Amino acid sequence: MGRIQLKDVTKSFGDVQVIPPLNLTIEDGEFTVFVGPSGCGKSTLLRLIAGLEDITSGVIEINGEDATDVVPARRGLAMVFQSYALYPHMSVRKNIAFPLRMAKMGQDEIDKRVTAAAEVLNLTDYLDRRPGQLSGGQRQRVAIGRAIVREPAAFLFDEPLSNLDAALRVGMRMEISELHKKLDTTMIYVTHDQVEAMTMADKIVVLQAGNIEQVGSPLELYQRPRNTFVAGFIGSPKMNLISGAEAAKYDAATIGIRPEHIDLSETEGPWKGVVGVSEHLGSDTFFHIQCDFSDEPLTVRASGELTLEYGATVHLTPRAEYLHRFDAEGLRIE
Amino acid sequence: MATKASRSAARIMMAPAVVLLLGWMLIPLSLTVIFSFKKFLPLRGDRITDRGEGFGDFMWEYVRGFPTLDWVGFENFSRFVGSSSFWPSVWTTLVIVGGVLAITVVLGILLSLLLDQPMWGQGVVRILVIAPFFVMPTVSALVWKNMFMDPVNGLFAHLWRFFGAEPVAWLSEASMGSIVMIVSWQWLPFATLILLTAIQSLDSEQLEAAEMDGAGPLQRFGHIILPHLGRAITIVILIQTIFLLSIFAEIFVTTGGAFGTRTLTYLIFQRVLESQNVGLGSAGGVYAIILANIVAIFLMRIVGKNLDA
Repeated sequence: MGRIQLKDVTKSFGDVQVIPPLNLTIEDGEFTVFVGPSGCGKSTLLRLIAGLEDITSGVIEINGEDATDVVPARRGLAMVFQSYALYPHMSVRKNIAFPLRMAKMGQDEIDKRVTAAAEVLNLTDYLDRRPGQLSGGQRQRVAIGRAIVREPAAFLFDEPLSNLDAALRVGMRMEISELHKKLDTTMIYVTHDQVEAMTMADKIVVLQAGNIEQVGSPLELYQRPRNTFVAGFIGSPKMNLISGAEAAKYDAATIGIRPEHIDLSETEGPWKGVVGVSEHLGSDTFFHIQCDFSDEPLTVRASGELTLEYGATVHLTPRAEYLHRFDAEGLRIE
Repeated sequence: MATKASRSAARIMMAPAVVLLLGWMLIPLSLTVIFSFKKFLPLRGDRITDRGEGFGDFMWEYVRGFPTLDWVGFENFSRFVGSSSFWPSVWTTLVIVGGVLAITVVLGILLSLLLDQPMWGQGVVRILVIAPFFVMPTVSALVWKNMFMDPVNGLFAHLWRFFGAEPVAWLSEASMGSIVMIVSWQWLPFATLILLTAIQSLDSEQLEAAEMDGAGPLQRFGHIILPHLGRAITIVILIQTIFLLSIFAEIFVTTGGAFGTRTLTYLIFQRVLESQNVGLGSAGGVYAIILANIVAIFLMRIVGKNLDA
């Protein structure tokens, strides 16, 4: 069981309120990702849930019980830190066993659980090594192992992959998703990388300046962003946001169109532009096209075979059914 | 510093300093070694030279090995060890070094834990804590002797009388404890400073992880902080040992070696300057050099290992 509820939670450091009143429910077994630009309060929010920071006002409930004043160790949560926070003077085995030893568990049970965790995480051969002798990915797995042996109500991940190189990150992403399917435990995952959020989450919580901008499944957020911030943040490359006279034609203050929803033509289309930089990824090509009505070039996705010359003139047609419209406050117009 | 030319230039430029330092070390060392094999009692008429008083005369005799002094072999060495005050002085030295080490390490850990907490006026407090280290040993020992430990006018005496107790004559009745206290007061800042920097280098996420793992404050200290401080503690112990083996001023200005506070260093001083037996004192000095080098070898091996890791 791991249902976590935040009710009117706020957090201030001195006079600065970093989290304005915030309400959020994380259902049992859900993989929730907090995503937002750096400094948006997502790590603070995670630390509030963990109990490493005291909340200024409001209530945190875990499994329906008030956990606001409960010390971190008794909340039944396990956390994986960005730096892994392994204990350097202990072997992998002792690292993983540490929470169990602190819980005064019997040695047989400890051995059983450590062995089981090591098997799940492919760490069996490394149990007697020190963290300093392991690679980044292995250390990451030890940190996860230390979390899973406790059989917590929920796992908290604080940007766990940001210290890994790109290739390893993709692998660990899969492993963590796999682990979630296997354990079926609530997981809360903090990241600034929207690709991680999209690929792993059941539910994404987009945060900006401590405010929840939108909560929803990855596809909901992608297809129906509630405001311009979410529209611009979710999706890679970013959605093209156009404001001004061109947007007014659609009765909106701002319109948004994703790169893959624009058709390219050499001869006809409502928007005329000049080809700038092209990024060839093989599978796709992204063209940056400067149109006369916007300051920023528009990003357009085309098939990998297509090449356009720098400075060539092209015509663009946005697909009307995928056009997002936003009002003057930046909110979505249905 | 990669090319051959720059490397040899560097060697030439360093040479004067190296030669000076080498001479600075070797001349007194070899003098001590030579004297330790000689009978040299200046008050009984033994003279280094019968040529004159000049520096040139001295150096000439030095190079010749002071033939005017009688060679006595290892007699000084056996007499120094055979003296009834030798073993007590070794024991006194060990008690002082051990006592000061225990007090400074334990209190140093506690103080550095305290100073690591965020608090108002942190900068000022840290400077105040370090302050005793800047006071000269002679001065601090005199301040302790006259201001605190004086059985008539000392602060402690007043305090004792305030509670109706009989003032303690610290330096005669509790001489060893008093000296250990004075020296600990001087060296506590050093231990605190090194341990504080070590504590500050501890990753705070490790402590938070331990907190999440259910470790209470004492367990966090025992399982995370103390192992992290291990190296710093070894360094504190070894460096302090080298300096504490040679404490002298604190004893000289307080008890003058009386009341069982005669350390090995102090014994050497008495042999050379009070008994005017340079040969016997030099033999003691050679023992002290050997002892200090044994400690220094350990120190360098451990510090060197830490630099590798």
